[in-house]
Amino acid sequence: MANNVNTKARGPIIEVIQRLAKNKAAMIGLAIVILLIVLALTAPLFYDYEQDIIKQNIPERFQKPNKDHLFGTDEFGRDLFARIIYGSRVSLSIGFSSVAVAFLVGGFLGAVAGYFGGWLDNIIMRFMDIFLAIPGTLFAITIAAALGDSIRNLIIALAISSVPGFARILRSSVISVRDVEFIEAAKAIGASDGRIITQHVIPNALAPVIVHTTLNVATIILTIAGLSFLGLGIRPPRPEWGQILSDGRSVILTYPHITASAGFAIMITILALNLLGDGLRDALDPRLK
Amino acid sequence: MWKYILKRLLYMIPVLFGVSFLVFLILSLAPGDPAKAILGDQGTPEAIAQLREELGLNDPILVQYFRYAKNLVRGDLGMSYKTKGPVSKEIIARVPTTLKLTLSAIIIAVIVAIPLGIIAAVKQNTIFDGLSMFIALIGISIPIFWLGLLLLAQFAQKLGWFPAAGADSWKSFVLPGFALGFHSMASIARITRSSMLEVIRQDYIRTARSKGMTYNNVVRKHALPNALIPTITVTGLQVGYLLAGSVLTETVFSLPGIGRLIIYSIQGRDIPVVLGCILVFTIAFSVVNLLVDLLYAYVDPRIKAQYS
Repeated sequence: MANNVNTKARGPIIEVIQRLAKNKAAMIGLAIVILLIVLALTAPLFYDYEQDIIKQNIPERFQKPNKDHLFGTDEFGRDLFARIIYGSRVSLSIGFSSVAVAFLVGGFLGAVAGYFGGWLDNIIMRFMDIFLAIPGTLFAITIAAALGDSIRNLIIALAISSVPGFARILRSSVISVRDVEFIEAAKAIGASDGRIITQHVIPNALAPVIVHTTLNVATIILTIAGLSFLGLGIRPPRPEWGQILSDGRSVILTYPHITASAGFAIMITILALNLLGDGLRDALDPRLK
Repeated sequence: MWKYILKRLLYMIPVLFGVSFLVFLILSLAPGDPAKAILGDQGTPEAIAQLREELGLNDPILVQYFRYAKNLVRGDLGMSYKTKGPVSKEIIARVPTTLKLTLSAIIIAVIVAIPLGIIAAVKQNTIFDGLSMFIALIGISIPIFWLGLLLLAQFAQKLGWFPAAGADSWKSFVLPGFALGFHSMASIARITRSSMLEVIRQDYIRTARSKGMTYNNVVRKHALPNALIPTITVTGLQVGYLLAGSVLTETVFSLPGIGRLIIYSIQGRDIPVVLGCILVFTIAFSVVNLLVDLLYAYVDPRIKAQYS
């Protein structure tokens, strides 16, 4: 029985991976995302945080990109390449962890609302409506401002503002599979609600969630940068892309390499996640192609 | 139809109170004493204590909220901690700037996006398609504030074609509108392309072609009106993004709008002003969403039939 289920489940997953692998743009996106993650994880092996990232070196300030400093140096003479790489640690770790929290909380709420329906669905979704009524990242800005700018608080702020999106998507995909025959069959053989939700409903409702997750990481990384740019996110001297961009804005005409290095870092990350997300969408739902 | 509109409008009321309660709660839990922030360094402990009493900050949060909600029912958003004037006056003074900004962003986005999306779809898999979608991808990835800074540096500071700050003439809104609208342009272009691609494969398009209509006429008269329906929804959804994005855009271009007022007030712990701004944005967002749904019903008879 267990074997049977496995082979059945493996088929479509391999099919999806094969379709994804054929999509050149998605593969480029995936390669960039993996490269960024590897760079972020291995950065401490190449750079000493205190010495290379934080310590000021005024004689070397405002150097244009050269062979010693690939991206040049900033107003305090710090190597921008090292700071951008370290910045990816901040953006990626906050991005992935807030999405993980939002996925768990929002996914749980959405799955419960969609599966049980009725008053529970009503209460959860009316509550989500309140969150969704506040436009875009404004809610994240408010929470971040209220909580104060520690990394933990930023994760909370960004996660809370992403919860309703996950709830809504999981709810609608749960509803779309809820009344399908295999769920009825599982009920008929006496499976519990919890088991049906985790073993049958969620795996079958996951496709849109995977796409949403990828694109949501991109949105969150943009929001972190925006918050830091506004002075509500990561505080200096900790390197963060939006922060670096904000630092370079006063000298954008004379030393455009400072804003450009951070701007390109954000742009390439968002681009890669979007290419991957679009590719996943096409691979998971071949009808769209 | 009217019943539906009324229902939607009535539903906005509890949502708005929900939003106000949520944001009130979050802002009240924030560290930092508004009284201290108002008085600054000169505030003696006695003066701070007295101001806290005057502002009602010593009452339990629920009491404070009910006082706020009671005024809100009458359309009173309270007094700014900083200017001591009514919050509504502060906001109304800044509405035109933010309205002009978001409108110019939408106009620029739609004017560029729809032709881009149509060309990309009609000439699918050609260089036009590739180029349009490449521009769209950049639009989705580039952070507003970087694009804004680049435009500001190049076209305002270096070339002097547009003012670098302020909101004095229509010229002040060209660069900010472009910076803010670029992202929406990308989303709208992408949805227009994919919906157009779907529509031109439909049977009725083939029918129109087979009765001898020219390709251009088919696209214009049959494909386009149907393909633009999803475009309307996405454009409506962008309004939420644009309102939130106005915070960043107004900061970059020093525009005296509501977005900048929020940031100022957050920094000064001026809670009534922050709350008021968020409520105004929320109302604007809800009304636009309602209008989009109605427009949707208007252009798509299938949806209209559901309402009656």
